[in-house]
Amino acid sequence: MSDATIALAGSEPWGKRPKRRFAPKTIMLYGVLIVAALYYLLPLYVMIVTSLKGMPEIRLGNIFAPPVEITFEPWVKAWSSACTGLYCEGIRTGFWNSVRIAIPSVIISILIASVNGYALSNWKFRGSEVFFTILLFGAFIPYQVMLYPLVIITRELGIFGTLTGIVVIHTIFGMPILTLLFRNYFSSLPPELFKAARVDGAGFWRIFFQIMLPMSVPIFVVAVILQVTGIWNDFLFGVIFAGTQNFPMTVQLNNVVNSAQGVKEYNVNMAATILTGAVPLIIYFFSGKYFVRGIAAGAVKG
Amino acid sequence: MTNSVSIRDLSLSFGAVTVLEQLNLDIREGEFLVLLGPSGCGKSTLLNCIAGLLEVTEGQIFIKDKNVTWKEPKDRGIGMVFQSYALYPQMSVEKNLSFGLRVAGVPKAEIDKRIARAAEILQITPLLKRRPAALSGGQRQRVAIGRALVRDVDVFLFDEPLSNLDAKLRSELRVEIKRLHHALGNTMIYVTHDQIEALTLADRIAVMKGGIVQQLADPLTIYNRPRNLFVAGFLGSPSMNFIQGQIAIVAGQPVFKFGNTDVLLTAYPTETRLRDAQLATLGLRPEHIRLVDDTAQGETFEAVVDIEEPMGADTLVWLRVAGTALSVRTEAGRRFTPGERLRVQFNTAMASLFDGGTQDRL
Repeated sequence: MSDATIALAGSEPWGKRPKRRFAPKTIMLYGVLIVAALYYLLPLYVMIVTSLKGMPEIRLGNIFAPPVEITFEPWVKAWSSACTGLYCEGIRTGFWNSVRIAIPSVIISILIASVNGYALSNWKFRGSEVFFTILLFGAFIPYQVMLYPLVIITRELGIFGTLTGIVVIHTIFGMPILTLLFRNYFSSLPPELFKAARVDGAGFWRIFFQIMLPMSVPIFVVAVILQVTGIWNDFLFGVIFAGTQNFPMTVQLNNVVNSAQGVKEYNVNMAATILTGAVPLIIYFFSGKYFVRGIAAGAVKG
Repeated sequence: MTNSVSIRDLSLSFGAVTVLEQLNLDIREGEFLVLLGPSGCGKSTLLNCIAGLLEVTEGQIFIKDKNVTWKEPKDRGIGMVFQSYALYPQMSVEKNLSFGLRVAGVPKAEIDKRIARAAEILQITPLLKRRPAALSGGQRQRVAIGRALVRDVDVFLFDEPLSNLDAKLRSELRVEIKRLHHALGNTMIYVTHDQIEALTLADRIAVMKGGIVQQLADPLTIYNRPRNLFVAGFLGSPSMNFIQGQIAIVAGQPVFKFGNTDVLLTAYPTETRLRDAQLATLGLRPEHIRLVDDTAQGETFEAVVDIEEPMGADTLVWLRVAGTALSVRTEAGRRFTPGERLRVQFNTAMASLFDGGTQDRL
């Protein structure tokens, strides 16, 4: 018996198919991935290294060299004393402004969009599809077209240049994509659940809060990620609608980096940039899985 | 009037597509009515209209002699069981059962009492604390039935409740639903595309096609005296044999002619006057064709065996009679070889004859 087995194992395919460790395909795949990863990581490396150097060391010009003497002074300066135009308080005011803008914008836009999506997928009314199409169309109109009218509208409403103004603007511009996200998610839930709840006598809000919401935690996480990163990275709306005292971090960063007078403090600029990018970066880092799911869920269907 | 559910001139259309057309249906108190038909025939749509989940375009719906056409689902005294169970995934079985009662503001003690009773009837008492995800398909469907049961409704609506279950479980639950109907005595409306479910469960079956009820009758009538060609072909497995031919009146007696063969229709219970040279289709169920030997009395025909399908309890033989393929149900045990010559006899008393044009029963 053993003879036969050995003979079989030696000549003919038998049992589990052997795996080659370094197949050409694998080498190619990993090769490309590693090169791509390096390509994208290199700028970050330069930024971190530069931000940890003192100005004399930067002037030597070896931008890829690790710092000889590590200093955190640029970070401290960027945070608390770098000059943004007239004031020299660092970008921390911008950070807290961004937080004050992002939190209400994220909460309000998601609340409205989730109810929108729920109504559009489960409580279809005459013209609901048209309504949805118009809403979606909004996502494809360039912002520039809407800026001037919006400036006038917010001015007339008396909220131009206020925190309320910028929150309203973010809520409006988040609506198309978030509604699409929620509508598609609610459409993917079995319609019988909704019917069963109606037979059980539950109304619009009760079905939303007691049946739909507990089933949609993943899509809420996705929406929060989309909104937080989107609003945090916003520059255009912030600079136009927020007003000087509410400038978000991105605008403050621009003012630090582009300030005309004096020498360019590359280390401070790098530190300020990393600080500004830290929030979205951390979110992407910890929620990559949900973020990809969100993009997939946002794909148009139905 | 003892009608539990009455449907008057009901029409439903989505834009230009008409799903239900001028439909009338009376369902008696305590009756088990099955809506049977192929997918897309409007049977589920009709059920959703009765439940109030779809708004009707025209017509009226009465439940317990009350016009409920504009009523909300919860105010119609109905409970519904869905194919996909539709249990609320984040609630325990107990919470699933009590949801409707809690919405209606029923006192806690009363809720507990009703849940205990429903759980006992459906034998799901040990499962009350579990989540739906921790239940098997059969247990989930039991809970779904329980959700209708606790609400103490007049009419149960079932939308293909067994279609997601495997064959064995399906036959078990089928019996349970029948037992439940006997125990409760409620009116039940049951949608299915499965003819076995329809035949075994129903007091009456409404066979639907294209949004129109083709025939409404008790299972035996539907099976033995189908109203038209569609009903005849839809029910029965293996399905009815159809022979195309025409009617002739020979010496005052009606005869069905196909190929070079004549079948005497003297025993056939006609519903209309048969005309000479009328095009027709003769329908014969496999069990109404008999294999006979040469000495048999009466009219026999020569047949050639095409193929045999042994099915355990009986055997299905495919034959050719005058060029037409026919299936014959015969007792198990006997084997056939292709090309074998046999004689067969038609039980024309149990046959169905359809007009070649209108396809209605003659």
